[in-house]
This record gives sequence, structure tokens and C-alpha cells, in this order.
Amino acid sequence: MPDIIRNGVTIDDNFAEAFPMSGTGILITAPNAKWARQAALTMTGFATSVIGCGCEAGIDREVPPQETPDGRPGVRALLFAMSSKDAEKQLVNRLGQCVLTCPGSAVYSTVAGEFEIKVGDALRQFGDKWQMSKVVDDRRYWRVPVMDGEFFCEGKVGLTKKSVGGGNLLIMGADWDKTMRATEAAVSAIDGVADAIAPFPGGIVRSGSKVGSKYKGMSASTNDAYCPTLRGVTKSELDADIGCVLEIVIDGLTDNAVREAMRAGLHAIIEMGPEQGAKRVGAGNYGGKLGPFHYHLKELLP
Amino acid sequence: MKPFTFTLRQEPPQRVDLSALTPDRLAGKSVAQIEAIELGVTRISTKVGDLFKVSEGDLKTVRFEGGSSRFDLLGAKLLPGFAIHVEGDVGAQCGRLAKGGRITVAGNAGPHAASGNLGAEIEIKGDVGEFLAGPLAGELAGMAGGRVIVRGKAGERAGDRLRRGILVIEGDAGEDLGARLIAGTILVLGEAKGRVGYLNKRGSIVLARGGCFGSTYVDCGAHELTFARLFARSLRDHSAPAADLLSRKLRRYGGDTAVFGKGEILTAD
Repeated sequence: MPDIIRNGVTIDDNFAEAFPMSGTGILITAPNAKWARQAALTMTGFATSVIGCGCEAGIDREVPPQETPDGRPGVRALLFAMSSKDAEKQLVNRLGQCVLTCPGSAVYSTVAGEFEIKVGDALRQFGDKWQMSKVVDDRRYWRVPVMDGEFFCEGKVGLTKKSVGGGNLLIMGADWDKTMRATEAAVSAIDGVADAIAPFPGGIVRSGSKVGSKYKGMSASTNDAYCPTLRGVTKSELDADIGCVLEIVIDGLTDNAVREAMRAGLHAIIEMGPEQGAKRVGAGNYGGKLGPFHYHLKELLP
Repeated sequence: MKPFTFTLRQEPPQRVDLSALTPDRLAGKSVAQIEAIELGVTRISTKVGDLFKVSEGDLKTVRFEGGSSRFDLLGAKLLPGFAIHVEGDVGAQCGRLAKGGRITVAGNAGPHAASGNLGAEIEIKGDVGEFLAGPLAGELAGMAGGRVIVRGKAGERAGDRLRRGILVIEGDAGEDLGARLIAGTILVLGEAKGRVGYLNKRGSIVLARGGCFGSTYVDCGAHELTFARLFARSLRDHSAPAADLLSRKLRRYGGDTAVFGKGEILTAD
């Protein structure tokens, strides 16, 4: 493959392969930003990968009080799953266990999708018939009495099947510190892109996987081609100058959100350059036959 | 484009039924056909042409230049997307069973204004008669959606059997405000006279001035309610004083415990 070099960083002539997902998003508000963020963090915890968590979720952005329906500080969280049924189950469970329980919280729909998930219409039953419904501007909300006042929740939340999951960047550097520095810069650039999240811890995954395993019954296992410690003993993708590889996985409500997030991340890495950050950037795919969305790195370059 | 306008020539000699003069029912008719529409409700004929000078225009908005307390059923069954404006008074049942759209009345409205409203936004700049948004005799529920804003006073039994939607009365309300309330929200910025929320099932009545609600309403303390903040935002452009009232800490009286007891009266104090 002919390599492309920008600001000293080698960019693989490769592409990220992504899949359609069911995506939904909610706005959580609270009396202050701390508790809005806490509710969103708890709700999006243990949601790194659909393989083991049932969904992928993360914080899209903080929403200032002027922009929220009730004038309180808010946080927008996005949740993605492989089917609308999974998304519904995960969202209702997570709202019930993580947001309903979080002091001061209220929930609003922020996605205008083709489908709707009954959220408040399910959680209202916690009110044991003391709950009250209110319709404002053609949207139904539920007031559920709880110990700190009222949990306020929109009846239905939008869901779109046009979401995309699996956009990714493989960031390769000389050592852990430099690679992490570049990857963190990319994650904070991606944070600024609307409608996209990086669901892994701090937006970063260090255990990239390949399809299949030597063990029976395991569908995925370590991506040995990108493990620096196996460079000599396996069919490695890494040259001698690479000591660490980190990956960013991106889910977005739209195809374009994922593209823009990848672009933002890639630009941040290139801007930092190889001395401070990464030497090389790649992307993961399965040969292009499995996922309908392809994001070629060379098309995202500055 | 200019609105479709009916200019009043003279006070109607009898009560008139204006339900035929909504945009969807006027569509496709010529001026001559419209002038021939019978409005009278007695054996004596009163046609559109006798009362109004008709000037054609964009049917999205119908405008009445001049009103009368004999204008009954104005904007009845109005559909979403259309608007009616009356530069004057209207009679009984203004906006009756309206499905959507917007009705503005510059003067006063008679009894049963917004009766059975299903989704229209109705604004009365003057006062309204009794049974605002209420049901007609024999009906089980009153207004079931939409927003009604009265800048002046409301007569007795405003919000009777209200089922859904928001009622804002910026002036005083007559006796038996929100009687037999099923659900929905009523705000009164003036004084609510006499009994309030009699047999309220699960509706909300918000009063700027508190009072004694009888032994079947029980004090539940003063609270910051998130739903009220949302309502305040939604009402800000339509009634700033109502939005201010909802932004305050509200004392909740649960009731009417003579029936369900799931409703409430909220007061600012």
C-alpha cells in the first residue's frame, strides 16, 4: 500500500468499515451540571461494546441551561444497539436504574427518529398510580413522585435506524505516552462533533479485536497483527518503530456524524505530529464486505 | 398575501351560526356562493351577504373586521394550519371542537368558549363567559387539548371537566373554577372566587393568589417542580405573567380527596 504522509505522520491508505445501528439520544437535566453529568455518566457506564454490554453509549455534549426545555443544565447522551428492540430494552433499563435513581434528574427526547421508544410511558409505573401526565406542545411528559421531589420524564424518545456504529482510527506511536497524547487529542476533537460518541473508556480502546479465535465459541479475540509484543512472532502490521497502538471507535446518529468525527480526530493527530504524538494512523475493516459504510482515511485528510 | 376578510356591515338581527365560515369550508367557493350561505338560526333568513362585505384573500387566515356577541360557533371544528382573527366580540361556543389552528378574538367571548377544544390555540383578549372550555350539557368531558389564553376575566365554572390542555386566565375567575376537572392544567393570575377544584380528579390548578380550598385539599408543602419550569418556558411567549408564576416555588395542595385525590392546586406563596 502506498503510504500518505502529512506533517510527518504516516496515514495508511485504508478505510474504516462501519455498520448500521439503531440509535437514540436523551437529554438529562438536573438542578446543577454536576448531577446532570453524574446521571449521564452512570447511564452510559458499562456500555462500551454491543458484544458484551448490549449497547454502546456515551456523552455527546453538555447542554447549557438556555438550551434545555426546563432551563436547567443538561447533558446529552447517545445510545446505540444492533436492533431497535435491544436499544429500547437497554434505554428503559438504564433510565430506570441509573437516571430515575439519580437525584434531581429529568429526561427529554433529543432525537427525532422514525421510531419511538416508550420511556416515560414505561417508567411512570414506578409512581404506583401517583404519577401524573402532562402534555406540553403536543409532547407527553410524566411526573413521577420520588423522595427528592418529582422525576420528570418524556413519554416517548425518538429512535433512528439510520445510525452508524464502528467508525474507527488506529493510532500508532513509539511508546504509550506519545500514542496516548495523540489519542487523547483526537478524542477531545471528537467530543466537539455533534451526534457522535466514542463509547470506550475515555473514548479509547487498547484491546482491538479481530474476528474469530483459536478457542471454540469465541467470536472475537486479540488483534495480534497490531500487538507490538508479538511483532516478531506473528504476521504483524507493525514496523519496528511502533511500540503502542490505541484505537478510537466512533458511533454516530448519522453517516455524516461519524465521518466528521473521524475527520476531527485525524486532523488533531496530524496537527500534533510524530515528535509529540503518533507516527502512524490506520483504520480497521473486515475487507469491506461486511459493513455498508466505508470511511477512507485519505478522503478525510486536511 | 391579504387574509380572507369579512367586514361587518351591521349588527346581526338574530344569533348567527358562523361554523360554516372556517377556511376549509370556504375553500373552493366563489364570493357569490359564500354570500349566499345561511347563518340564521331562526325562520328569518340571515345570509353572509346581509351581514358582511366579503373580500377574497389567502384562506390560511380568515379575518372578521367587527364582531358581535351574537357570533356563535366561530371557528368550530377548525383544522390545524389555519387561523381566524376577530376584531371584535364573539358569542357562544367560540372554537367549539376545534382540532387545531389558531383563533384570536380582540374583544370578549360568550359562554362555552373553547368548548371541547381538541388542539387549537385560542386567545381571547377580553373577558369570557361561563363554562370556558367546558362541555355542553350531557357531554362527559370538556376541552381535550390545545391552549386557551384569556387576557381578561372568566365567568363561572371555567375549565369544567377539562381533560387535557392548558387554560390561562390572566384576570379573575368566577366561582367553581376547575370543577370536575379530569386532567390538564389551569392557571389563574387574578383571583379565583369561591370554591376551586371541586371534585378534581388529577388535574392541576395553579393560582397566583392562594386561598382556602376546604378540607378535601391537603397541604403537601412548597416545592420546586421541574414540570412547572417546562410549562414556564412553553408559555413565556404567550403569557409572560403565567410563565413568571410557574417559575416560582409552588405550594402543593393535593386533592380533591373527596374523589380520586390525585389532582392538585398549586399556589405561589
